[in-house]
Amino acid sequence: MMGNRGEWTVPPRRQKNIFSALLVTTLGVWSAGCGTEGITVVSWGGSYEAAARKAIFEPFTAETGIEVHVESFNGGLAQIRAQVETGNVHWDVVDLEFGDAVKGCDEGLLEVIDIDELPPAPDGTPARDDYFEGTYTDCGGGLVYYSTAYAYNRESFPGERPSTLEDFFDLAKFPGRRGMRRVPLVNLEMALMADGVPTEEVYAVLDTPDGVDRAFRKLDTIKSEVVWWEAGAQPPQMLADQEVAMSTAYNGRIFNAQILEGQPFTIVWDGQVLDYGQTAIVAGTPRLEAARQFLIFASRVDSIAAIGRYIAYSPTRRSGMSLIGTHAETGVDMRPHMPSAPENLTRALRNDPVWWTNHAEELTERFSAWLAR
Amino acid sequence: MARPLRGARLRAVALTLPLVAFVAVTFIAPLGSMLVRSFYEPHVADALPRTLAALRAWDGSSVPSEDTFRILATELRWLDEQRKLGAVATRVNRLESGMRSTIMDTADALSSAEPGSWREAMIARDPIWEEPSAWLAVRRAGERYTMRHYLNALDLDRDPSGNIVAQSPDRRIYLPLLLRTLGVSLAITIICLILGYPVAYLIANASPARSNLLLLLVLVPFWTSLLVRTTSWIVLLQNQGVVNDLLVAAGVIGEDGRLALVYNMVGTLVAMTQVLLPFMILPLYAVMRSISPTYLRAASSLGATFRQGFVRVYWPQSLPGVAAGSLLVFILSIGYYITPALVGGRTGQLISNMIAYHMQESLNWGLAAALGVILLVTVMSLYLVYNRLVGIERMRLS
Repeated sequence: MMGNRGEWTVPPRRQKNIFSALLVTTLGVWSAGCGTEGITVVSWGGSYEAAARKAIFEPFTAETGIEVHVESFNGGLAQIRAQVETGNVHWDVVDLEFGDAVKGCDEGLLEVIDIDELPPAPDGTPARDDYFEGTYTDCGGGLVYYSTAYAYNRESFPGERPSTLEDFFDLAKFPGRRGMRRVPLVNLEMALMADGVPTEEVYAVLDTPDGVDRAFRKLDTIKSEVVWWEAGAQPPQMLADQEVAMSTAYNGRIFNAQILEGQPFTIVWDGQVLDYGQTAIVAGTPRLEAARQFLIFASRVDSIAAIGRYIAYSPTRRSGMSLIGTHAETGVDMRPHMPSAPENLTRALRNDPVWWTNHAEELTERFSAWLAR
Repeated sequence: MARPLRGARLRAVALTLPLVAFVAVTFIAPLGSMLVRSFYEPHVADALPRTLAALRAWDGSSVPSEDTFRILATELRWLDEQRKLGAVATRVNRLESGMRSTIMDTADALSSAEPGSWREAMIARDPIWEEPSAWLAVRRAGERYTMRHYLNALDLDRDPSGNIVAQSPDRRIYLPLLLRTLGVSLAITIICLILGYPVAYLIANASPARSNLLLLLVLVPFWTSLLVRTTSWIVLLQNQGVVNDLLVAAGVIGEDGRLALVYNMVGTLVAMTQVLLPFMILPLYAVMRSISPTYLRAASSLGATFRQGFVRVYWPQSLPGVAAGSLLVFILSIGYYITPALVGGRTGQLISNMIAYHMQESLNWGLAAALGVILLVTVMSLYLVYNRLVGIERMRLS
C-alpha cells in the first residue's frame, strides 16, 4: 500500500467513463425495480408453493393480466412487521399460518377486509356461512387445511407396523429414531393424546401447569431418540434415508413423496393435528387494489379447491368439499389422502390458534430449556 | 513543507469518510438502537396513559376501583378501534400468559356496551380481572424504562411483590446457554490451535512450491460458501453418511452401532472447527514465516534438542500469531449462528440461536437486544482480561 500516489490517479476521461457506467447501471437497476407490474405474493416454497402457483397464481394472471411475483418464506410476522413499521412494503399478499394471521390482524399489520366482500359459494351461500367455523379473521378467509400426522417408511418395519399415536411414543414396541418439529406446537398436544387425554380435553389440560408438565413428561420418554426438524421438506428426506424410523410431517409433503416419487411411506392418521392457513394483505401496500383483487380471487371456492388437485390439502370452505377430485398429474383419487377424509378423522385434533397466541412464547421458552437439557 | 503535508493528511482523512459513514450507518446506529431497545419500551405506556396513571395510586393487592375499570375499558375500546390493541395485548401477555386473549376478548365484548358497572361487566367477561396479577401485569408492562429484559436474559424474574428471584428451574435457559457458548468457543479455539499449529508450521517451512499448494488447500475451503461446507458435513456425518458407512465397512462398528455424529454437540464442534480453522492457520502462518530458521539452527548448534529449541526459541516467537488466531477464532465462534442452527440439533445450539429466535419468531426484540448486550459485555470483558494477560500490542497478524 506504500506505492506512489500516481497509481491511484484515474485519468479524467476515464473518470467520466466510469461515472457514466455507474449512472447507467444505477438507472438500469432502478428502472428494472420500477418496471415490474403486478403484485408480490409470499408462499412457503417447495411442493405446496408449486401447487398454489398452478391452482391460483397462474389462473389469476390469466384472468386479470396482473402478474404475480412469488417469494418464499418460513412463516412468522417478523418480516411483515419490519416492512409495515419502516413504511417500505414490498410484499403484497402473504400466505400465513392462522395463528399469525390472527395476531397480525389484531396488531394492524394486515389490511382489514369485510368477510362479506369475499365471494359466496356457487349456490349463493354467503362466505361467512360457507367458511368452516373459526377459519376467517377480519383480514381475510382461510385457505386450506393441512395436517401434522406421523408417517413411517415401510422398509423400516418388515414385521409389525405402527398404527396408533401411542405406537409413536412406544420405543419398546417400535424401536428407532423419531422425527419431530422443533417447536412445542403439535408436539405437546400429541404427547397428551398419546398419554390418554381425549382430543376434546387436550387444550383444557394444557391450560393447567400440571397438564404442561404431563406433556413434557411424556415427551421425556422418547426425547433421547428424537431428531428435530424445522423445514417441511426434511421429514420425507429423513424417512427416505431411514435416518428416522418414523416422523411427524405435513401430510401434503408425505403425499407428494408417495405419489410423485413412489416412496414406501405410510401416514398414520390416528392423532393427527389439523391446522389451516390464511392469505392476507400486508397493511399499507401501494398496490392495494390489485392485492384485494388477488385476495378475492384466491378466496373463491374453485381456487381453494384447486390446490387440492396438486397437494393433499383440503378446503376451508364447506362448498369446496364436494370439489375434491383427482390429482391433476397422476389421476390419483385425492379423497382418501385428505386430512378431512372421514376415515382419517377417527381421532383428530383441531389446533387452537388462539390458545397458542396466548401461550406460544412462554411454552417455546420452556421447550427450548427442555431441549437444551 | 507543513502545508502540503497537511493537505495530504486531509485527503487521507477524506478518503476514510465513506468507511466512517458506512460504519456509522451499518454498525454504530443499529448497535445504539439495540441498546436502547433493551431497556426502553414505550408501547404500553403510550397506549394506556390514563390507566397507568390510575394504577399508580392502586395498592397492588386489592381489586382496583370502578374508576380504574372504566378508564381501562375506554382505552381498550379506543385501541381496538384503531387496531392497535394487539401489540399492547402481546406485551402484557409476556408478563402473564393468557392476558392476550383476555384483553382482546374484553375489548371485543365491551365494544358497544355501556354497562352500569364496568367492574362487574369486565369480571363477568373474564374473572381474571378480579386477580391482582392481571393488573400487576398491566402495570409492569407499562413501565417505560424497564430492567425486565435483562432480568429475563439472566434467568431472573420478579415475584408479585417486586423482589428479584431466580426463574423456575424448568424455564432457566439463557445463563446455561451462555456458559455453554463460552465453553464451546473455548473448546473450538483449543482444537483449532492444536490442529492448526502444525499445519501452519509445515506451510511456513516447506519449499515455496509445496507451501503454495498447502496454502491453497487451506484457502479453497475458506473461499467456499459457509452453507455448502456446513451441509457437506451433514452428508458426511449423518447416520447413513460417509463416515458411518466407512466405519461399518471397516468393521469398527456394527450396523446398529452407527455413531450419532451430527445434530448434536459433536456436529457443532466438528463443523465449526473446520469452518474456523483458516482463521487460526493464516495468522499463525504469517507470523511463522517471519521467524528466521537460523534461530532454530543456532539453538541446535548450541546443543539444544529439537524439543528444547522449539519450546524455548520457536514457540515464544510464534506466540503473537497464537494470540491473534485464538482471539479471532474465539470471538467468531461466540457469535456463530448458522452452523449450530444446521448441525447442532438439540444439544448443539448456542446463545445466538436464541437471539435469532427472539428477533425472527417471538418478535420480542427487547429480550433479543438484552441478550445481545449481555453477549457484547461478556466478550468485551473477556477481551480486556485477555489483553491484560497477553497484551494486544504483542499480537500480530503478519
